[in-house]
Amino acid sequence: MRLSVQEAPFDLGAESQAFAAGAAGAGAVVTFTGIVRDNGGALSAMEIEHYAGMTEKAIAAIMDEAAGRWALVDALVIHRFGRLAGGEMIMMVATAAPHRADAFAAAEFLMDYLKSRAPFWKKELGPEGAAWVAAKDADEAALLRW
Amino acid sequence: MSVEVLYFAWVRERIGLPRERVQTDAATVADLIAELVAREDRYAMAFADLASLRVALDQELASFDAPLAGVREVAFFPPMTGG
Repeated sequence: MRLSVQEAPFDLGAESQAFAAGAAGAGAVVTFTGIVRDNGGALSAMEIEHYAGMTEKAIAAIMDEAAGRWALVDALVIHRFGRLAGGEMIMMVATAAPHRADAFAAAEFLMDYLKSRAPFWKKELGPEGAAWVAAKDADEAALLRW
Repeated sequence: MSVEVLYFAWVRERIGLPRERVQTDAATVADLIAELVAREDRYAMAFADLASLRVALDQELASFDAPLAGVREVAFFPPMTGG
């Protein structure tokens, strides 16, 4: 399992390829990629702040939890911080498992927990100023299904 | 005792600092908040609505009634928006 919290962009194709190639024994690989929405041109940039140290610990704990719940061969989380433009990739999750049901479920679990339990905060910058993205009740509610 | 207190996102912006060293005898997180709020308006503004705040003690999420004994790092921030 690998996690990377980084400012630099990542190469989705290269990461996905390397992850799948390294997942010996897997019969299924699921990847998810989060992209900065440009809100129909109303967003000039997104700034992502994080709590260095806690971020890595929180994501590692979420990945350990996923590994305990599903038969995962491997998992990968890459999450960026800093200033991103609309259309840029914010993060990716990849899971590998013997069968697809585990790979899909673990990827969704990782995403649900990354949303509300990994210490990142997004700020949207647009022509009318800057605003912190508010957490949604639905994001918190999404954790209850696990 | 002395603890490192960190602020993130709009909590950081309201207080105007990313972190500071605080001398305190507070027994719990809630006691520490009360001490900070009594200092200056910017703290009172940042801690006005505890329902919209989260706290981590030594980088683990905690509750406002959690004890501070032995804690080195306290962080205050809004609900997280990762992913």
